[in-house]
Amino acid sequence: MNAILFLQRIALFLVLTLGLAVPAQAQIADADLLPLVDALAPGNFKDREGAIGVLVTTGDQRVVPILEVLLEGELYFDDATGKVVFTSAPSGKGTISDPVTGAELPTLTEDGLEKVKVNNGLRRVLRTAIGQMTLLSEDAGVRRFAAQSILRDADPAQLELLDSAIAAETDDDIQLIMQRARAVIMLKTPEASIEEKTAAVPIAQAIGGRDALNILTTALAGAPAELQPTIQSAIDGLARDRAVWDVAQNVWFGISLGSVLLLAAIGLAITFGVMGVINMAHGEMVMLGAYTTFVVQEIIRQNFPGLFDWSLAIALPLAFLVTGLIGIAIERGIIRFLYGRPLETLLATWGLSLIIQQAVQRIFTANIREVGNPSWMSGSFELGGLAITWNRFYIVIFAIMVFLTLLCVLKYTAIGLHMRAVTQNRRMASSMGIRTPLVDAMTFGLGSGIAGLAGVALSQIGNVSPNLGQGYIIDSFMVVVFGGVGNLWGTLVGALTLGIANKFIEPYAGAVLGKIIILVLIILFIQRRPRGLFALKGRSIEA
Amino acid sequence: MITQALFRALDKKAIWIVAILLAVAILVPASNLLLPTGHPLRLPNYVVPLFGKYLTYAMLALALDLVWGYCGILSLGHGAFFAIGGYAMGMYLMRQIGTRGVYANPILPDFMVFLNWKELPWYWYGMDNFWIAMIAVVVVPGLLAFVFGFLAFRSRVTGVYLSIITQAMTYALLLAFFRNDMGFGGNNGLTDFKDILGQSISAPGTRASLFAASAIALALAVLACSMVVNSKLGKVMVAVRDAESRTRFIGYRVEYVKLFAFVVSAIIAGIAGALYVPQVGIINPSEFDPANSIEVVIWTAVGGRGTIIGPIIGGILVNVGKSYFTGAFPEYWLFALGALFVVTTLFLPKGIVGLIGQYRAATTKREQHDRGDPTPKQVEAGVDPQPNPAE
Amino acid sequence: MTVVNRAIAGLGLGVAMTMGAIAVPAFAQDDTIKVGVLHSLSGTMAISETTLKDTMLFLIDEQNKKGGLLGKQLEAVVVDPASDWPLFAEKARELIEVNGVAAVFGCWTSSSRKSVLPVFEELNSILFYPVQYEGEESQRNVFYTGAAPNQQAIPAVDYLMENEGVERWVLAGTDYVYPQTTNKILEQYLMDKGVAKEDIMINYTPFGHSDWQTIVSDIKTFGSTGKKTAVVSTINGDANVPFYKELANQGIKAEDIPVVAFSVGEEELAGFDTTPLVGHLAAWNYFQSVDVPANEEFISAWQTFMNDPEKVTNDPMEATVIGFHLWVAAVEKAGTTDTDAVLDAIIGLETPNLTGGIAKMLPNHHITKPVLIGEIQADGQFEVVSESDLVPGDAWSDFLPESKMIEADWTAPISCGNYNTETKTCGGDTATP
Repeated sequence: MNAILFLQRIALFLVLTLGLAVPAQAQIADADLLPLVDALAPGNFKDREGAIGVLVTTGDQRVVPILEVLLEGELYFDDATGKVVFTSAPSGKGTISDPVTGAELPTLTEDGLEKVKVNNGLRRVLRTAIGQMTLLSEDAGVRRFAAQSILRDADPAQLELLDSAIAAETDDDIQLIMQRARAVIMLKTPEASIEEKTAAVPIAQAIGGRDALNILTTALAGAPAELQPTIQSAIDGLARDRAVWDVAQNVWFGISLGSVLLLAAIGLAITFGVMGVINMAHGEMVMLGAYTTFVVQEIIRQNFPGLFDWSLAIALPLAFLVTGLIGIAIERGIIRFLYGRPLETLLATWGLSLIIQQAVQRIFTANIREVGNPSWMSGSFELGGLAITWNRFYIVIFAIMVFLTLLCVLKYTAIGLHMRAVTQNRRMASSMGIRTPLVDAMTFGLGSGIAGLAGVALSQIGNVSPNLGQGYIIDSFMVVVFGGVGNLWGTLVGALTLGIANKFIEPYAGAVLGKIIILVLIILFIQRRPRGLFALKGRSIEA
Repeated sequence: MITQALFRALDKKAIWIVAILLAVAILVPASNLLLPTGHPLRLPNYVVPLFGKYLTYAMLALALDLVWGYCGILSLGHGAFFAIGGYAMGMYLMRQIGTRGVYANPILPDFMVFLNWKELPWYWYGMDNFWIAMIAVVVVPGLLAFVFGFLAFRSRVTGVYLSIITQAMTYALLLAFFRNDMGFGGNNGLTDFKDILGQSISAPGTRASLFAASAIALALAVLACSMVVNSKLGKVMVAVRDAESRTRFIGYRVEYVKLFAFVVSAIIAGIAGALYVPQVGIINPSEFDPANSIEVVIWTAVGGRGTIIGPIIGGILVNVGKSYFTGAFPEYWLFALGALFVVTTLFLPKGIVGLIGQYRAATTKREQHDRGDPTPKQVEAGVDPQPNPAE
Repeated sequence: MTVVNRAIAGLGLGVAMTMGAIAVPAFAQDDTIKVGVLHSLSGTMAISETTLKDTMLFLIDEQNKKGGLLGKQLEAVVVDPASDWPLFAEKARELIEVNGVAAVFGCWTSSSRKSVLPVFEELNSILFYPVQYEGEESQRNVFYTGAAPNQQAIPAVDYLMENEGVERWVLAGTDYVYPQTTNKILEQYLMDKGVAKEDIMINYTPFGHSDWQTIVSDIKTFGSTGKKTAVVSTINGDANVPFYKELANQGIKAEDIPVVAFSVGEEELAGFDTTPLVGHLAAWNYFQSVDVPANEEFISAWQTFMNDPEKVTNDPMEATVIGFHLWVAAVEKAGTTDTDAVLDAIIGLETPNLTGGIAKMLPNHHITKPVLIGEIQADGQFEVVSESDLVPGDAWSDFLPESKMIEADWTAPISCGNYNTETKTCGGDTATP
């Protein structure tokens, strides 16, 4: 602590002697800056926070990259000398150089380096510090980032700096962010006048969403009595908006859950719904699809890291092929001996699912495997008051695409026609010259292949482990039966209904009870409509 | 009339099974308790509860066979009735712990003290009385089966739809019993039992008695099932299985026939569960796992459905195999189990009992051939010679 | 002979054969000391437990290289209880009665431990349980080498209060006993510290929950009232991957709403990209990244044994290592593997842990552990941001009204797992040795 005080004094001395005003552009001598940088290494997080404060007061722009590297957790120091250094490659690898002068330091070795530790608190301090130092930067992108970080912290101490930045700002967008930051600061500052605060309320409200709610709720607590109604009405307005958006958000969550259910169930709608095979190994096909994705990504990671964003596109056809071929093999090897004995397919496929799980566990071990999100599937975007995550957005689109493609295949292609013919009247189809064994194999292969596609998509939101399929199998059967066996539209409507209903019950009843309620509702629904939502009409169902 | 029915039941092969089970009920405990340690014929202590457990599994499989093998209702939720019977017994055993629990609370079981509950929930009242608990063992699964079956059969839910909603039922119960708020000990379930009817639960004598009780209960269940199956009602059940619509058109109230079978089956499953718990020492929600219920179906299929002896053989054999393989080949046993299921379905459509039937049919045929007797091959009782698409 | 007769004859034969098969290997060899390994190798818990089985094989291999124990070689007896709790009891009995193991290392979930407790008590054998758990238990035949709540949860909350200034708390967990108890203890602790009831949100989800959209969004809403909010997660193993993926995608940054987890270790982090999650926390007693020679030595030996340079280590592994070393030391001290002798010998023994401290077996069958708070790094490891002194494990939480007067002490004259310090009596029959 003493060291920090000492350094602060030096900094103050430098500031005074050089006659620098704090955030003006400044450069101090290397020899003076170096000890201040080295002060980042020793001590605990509080000491480091002090050292950062000292660096900021220098106003030297060379400090910014150092702080940025520290924020990323890639700043190192030499254990023996305590010297803080840069390294050219991540994780303390590559050439070691001086952070201030940029000179290489050949005397230091990788082994002697230790990381300058950062924690959350320190990261916040760093962001503020960087924002503060770069608010007057030349680069608009940097300024925007800086303005946002000022907005996030809204430290009243920054008001003077912010005012000068607003005055100098030419970009309207960035100026708006700065104005908002200023409004938030106004609301926070006890000394600000009522007029200033009143003016600040609508600006803060305009930020919108939870952030605005957050700011105004905080402000309400400390606001003078005459200001409180204004803030309260702003909060009420925001809360009303929020309530409307929350309903929309729930619908979206429901659609997203529904599309996951749809993906998981749609392959089953073919093998179970169309062919009548109670395919307990369906979940394992999904799991194999996910593992195919894992293998593809692993190969890409090791050999062609640049292709990572394409990994899913590559994995999709492969997963379809792998699981489709396994499906055909299962049909030819086992299922074909069991036609007309649907319940026995349950036993055989259950046995298969045990074997497949164990085999995957032996090959890939039981540990969870990492399947990464490509960059275009990471993060989220805002649509009005909705926060929509990219991965779920793409999964919804993908599910719909798979569904429509499947529908078209069944309706408009020769193989689809054959499939429908065989499932409706096998002997007649056979007499018409359709090779029913081939069609059976293709249908089962198609259903399994689609399960594999689902596996690629589901690997993006969940676990990839040998048990992956077990988590989806019961839900998939519920969806298919709820929608009506043998009807693809039923599966679609069933999946979306269950998804949305689940998401509307969950906030009231909690996740566990919500799921129980849904199951009870399914049981009761089947009493009302013993053949599901979209029942097939005609004699064939009595067979 | 009942004596007549009993006589009819006893007249059949069932008498052999009952006799053997009764012999086992006497011999196994006797061997364990009376013979000195080290005697070659003495069964070691651990074997008694282990085989007692297998017997309760066999009973569960038998219960399932009554509805599936004879009435064509494939229940994928029979584990639920088993587990409920088990929970009723578990509640009784919990209450017997009394002040010997870790918090020494005379009324509340440990997990309730632990979760800061102040008083016993209403459904725990009276469960400290053995007979009330035993009534619950029979009534609760029976009632659940009655309500569920009444709704389902009345609206003619059949085939896979029925199978899947039974699965939904056991899955919903699984989730419900996982909740600590339910008052059944959540995920940990009920455990740490001390006494049953004043006897220490881990004493060899109690173990042997429980084993004998399981064997006798199984024998009674065999008798009951055999009685039902051989009665006129049993014939109607088989008719429902083979051609439901036709049976209905003839004028039978199919839904009542099914309901009867379903409730009887649930009660047998509940009793099996009640005998299972003291021998295993724990009951928790994993018994409701849909996978467990599917396994029961598989035991039945492996043994041979539509027969009385089949599910008993299947239940015991698969579980003996599981016990052995999980110890002997811990890394590979699932391959063996999975392969067993696949092979059984492919090559033994009527299960192990069917294999014997096939073998016998083949020898009779040869004998008949030798004698020049043209009588057609014998059909195994209760098993439809033609695959039944309505399943 | 009828069909039934044959079937019954076959059945009888089958039963006799399997009985024989199970019974024969009993006490077949006396030149080795057998050690039971009771971890699920299939089913839902295989994800977590398989590693501990490998750890045991590794430790036994190392010990045998050092010349074994009491001049005999150690032999692992591995069984698969298949994530099936009643099967745990059956397999425990088989290990002890049939295979004659000297001690068993195993179990992960509380249910599996509860399931085997009566077996160990009845047959008087020893179980080493290596996972953090809810406490409120101390059994004569069990040694708890994982963390009790006071060695994990409370220090983590303290850290968040002091370093992050958290005032509002989300306690999210899977709906089973460990999270329920931990959250109950934490709720009481937080309220004692002056946190208002409306500033605590408790949420439970089913096992294997995979759709976290609503809950993550609720956390965001709960966190937007201007007070600094943190999430204390007792979410179980495999549900964590979708949870963290959702957190990352919905943009919950550690700097805004930090999540501190008690069940997320290096193994779970290996299941996803941690770049967007840098700064979220976990509280354990061991991290792979701890930079001490003992740990580095252990990691490299382990990776060599597994033949996988990427193989991670985690906290339950360290707990297994400590348990094993304590058992070995106790057997050496007692000069026998006899249960009673080992139970007497082990109390007070010390062994170095892998983070540079000392693990000491306490009279309540828990051990001393340091509490480490780590922040998730982009490489899937944790960076230690806080390390406490050694904390003795407390079997009975002092923050629950029912158990604050209960202590466990298995040394004479108390010799009791639930000794009531107010009435000076030993409640429950776990007291009878």
